[in-house]
Amino acid sequence: MKTFLTTTALIALALPAMAEIKLGASISATGPAAFLGDPELKTLEMLVEDLNAKGGINGEEVVLVAYDDNGDPNKARTFATRLVEDDEVVAIIGGTTTGTSMSILAVAEDAEIPFISLAGAIDIIDPVKPFTFKTPHTDRMACQKIFEDMQNRGFTKVGMISGTDGFGASMQAQCKSVAPDYGIEIVADETYDPKDADMTAQLTKIRGVEGVQAILNPGFGQGPSIVTRNVKQLAIDLPFYQSHGVASDGFIDLAGADAAEGVRLPGTALLVADLLAEDDPQKPVVDAYKAMFEAKTGTPVGTFGGYAHDAFLIMTDAIARAGSAEPAAIRDAIEATTGLAGTTGVYTFTAEDHLGLDLTAFRMLEIKGGKWTLVQ
Amino acid sequence: MSELLQFLLSGVTVGAVYALVALGFTIIYNASDVVNFAQGEFVMLGGMITVAAYAAGAPLPLAALVAIVVTAALGVAMNKLTIEPARGAPVVSLVIITIGASIFIRGAAQLIFGKQIHTYPAFSGDDPIRILGATILPQSLWVIAGSVAVFIGLWLFFTRTLLGRAVLATSNNRLAAQLVGINTTFVMTLSFALSAGIGALAGVLVTPITMTSYDVGLAFALKGFAAAMLGGMGNPKGALVGGFLLGLLEGLTAGYISSQYKDAAAFIVILAVLFFLPQGLFGRKSTDRV
Repeated sequence: MKTFLTTTALIALALPAMAEIKLGASISATGPAAFLGDPELKTLEMLVEDLNAKGGINGEEVVLVAYDDNGDPNKARTFATRLVEDDEVVAIIGGTTTGTSMSILAVAEDAEIPFISLAGAIDIIDPVKPFTFKTPHTDRMACQKIFEDMQNRGFTKVGMISGTDGFGASMQAQCKSVAPDYGIEIVADETYDPKDADMTAQLTKIRGVEGVQAILNPGFGQGPSIVTRNVKQLAIDLPFYQSHGVASDGFIDLAGADAAEGVRLPGTALLVADLLAEDDPQKPVVDAYKAMFEAKTGTPVGTFGGYAHDAFLIMTDAIARAGSAEPAAIRDAIEATTGLAGTTGVYTFTAEDHLGLDLTAFRMLEIKGGKWTLVQ
Repeated sequence: MSELLQFLLSGVTVGAVYALVALGFTIIYNASDVVNFAQGEFVMLGGMITVAAYAAGAPLPLAALVAIVVTAALGVAMNKLTIEPARGAPVVSLVIITIGASIFIRGAAQLIFGKQIHTYPAFSGDDPIRILGATILPQSLWVIAGSVAVFIGLWLFFTRTLLGRAVLATSNNRLAAQLVGINTTFVMTLSFALSAGIGALAGVLVTPITMTSYDVGLAFALKGFAAAMLGGMGNPKGALVGGFLLGLLEGLTAGYISSQYKDAAAFIVILAVLFFLPQGLFGRKSTDRV
């Protein structure tokens, strides 16, 4: 990061005549959320470089001041303050986790600087705060999408096995609260520690529950892969749903194509770029990001890098439309964003909605023969 | 019936992992009274180096061997670079040094191997073995066999070999051990090599079940440490029994009470045992040196 800052500083020195727009970022590139933050930071750096090569925004160069907050909300708060007071940025992207986002938004709201979060929890934008927006869909929406699919298949009794990490616990609570809206009863509610080696005890218990028709596993990291393997080990033939937390090719590799066969989960268009219809509004942006990221890093694109892509897209689109780099003007322009296709979904913000996505942003996917397929 | 058996098999699967990690704590503790908190990092390195060597095209047995040898060498390096220079420092300081070493190893692994989660194929396939309606994965049998083999090896080492007795003598009184001609520096080096090697073996065997990433070490170390304390720190039999007991407790609590209280129940039992038997189930009696 240091070298990056120096390089951008050098570029800035070399081109004194050109005006610049300073964007701030606080991302968890290391620490427990590193595998989310790492692709996010790489995405931002790549997009800034690409944008400047194309002439910047309205002829002005974009400078990214990025800090690694290590997933620590205290550090995120310090860095957010530094971004506002020392670096004098016009807007902030970041907050890889819900915790860091909550810290940054407090600073951003005080300083009246627009802030786009990359974290999942609905609390970030509900209630709506004037300067805070976010790109990822909420875990509540993931639950709704899954239950909608279950309802279509006629399931009413569902067993849940959730991770006890923040992601799993939050989604577990959201799913339990929206289940009644879809006529679904949670008949079993088990948990596991994200570092556990075996979940067959919990799954055996779920299988033993009278009338259970499907299993849902909100979780993140290696836990869901182990649960998927254990389902196969126990030869449980109930329909099995995972969450968007594992929507990446890595999940199929870790669980094994054999064990993952038939698993359904809500994912973004990015994951099934090749399967999108030619006239899909997200197709051009998804294809472009996928090609650029994979050529640049040599690693496959993931949902999380996509969140950063969309935040950058929304921000630069707003700055271009605002025709000025004043924080208040940028904020107004973000709120006026309509029908902007990103990798996660098509964004339309309003004064009441700072998430800008609906359930159509999720695609219900099924793993068949080790590949993602779209459920029609 | 088949439910009870599945809970037990789940407990045994988890317990074998804990036991194998707990065994790794034994040697360094016996040589120096130091609880090596970098032990979990050795387990992580065993898995991660195997992943890297396997991805580079080495056959799995060779990759595993490379991982064990390299990790043992890193264990020696850790002793030479961190513990030996601080010789004479109180045990608590040495324990804190091992915590520092573990943070360093984790950070280095993150830079070298990246932040992704990895795994490699199980040694004997993924088809579960059925026992009276319950199932267990063949890899779990490998882990159980590994922990029993390491236990027997350690037990023979400490009771039947001169070197093993030299390790115990060093722990008992370093100065007296030196006076009777034991090379205590070599004993420390050897104990780090063996502990790291056993940790790496644990990592090699459990990775197909638990998967691995740069940060799995801490969780392994905590559970392995708890198992070793339950059985009695320093005693291979204690590590083995403590590991399986902890696993079974978790499996049965998850099955019959609630998975929410699985870890809590296990730790309450550990607290209760340590309250009545402060040295653990099989711990040696503490004799204060005056």
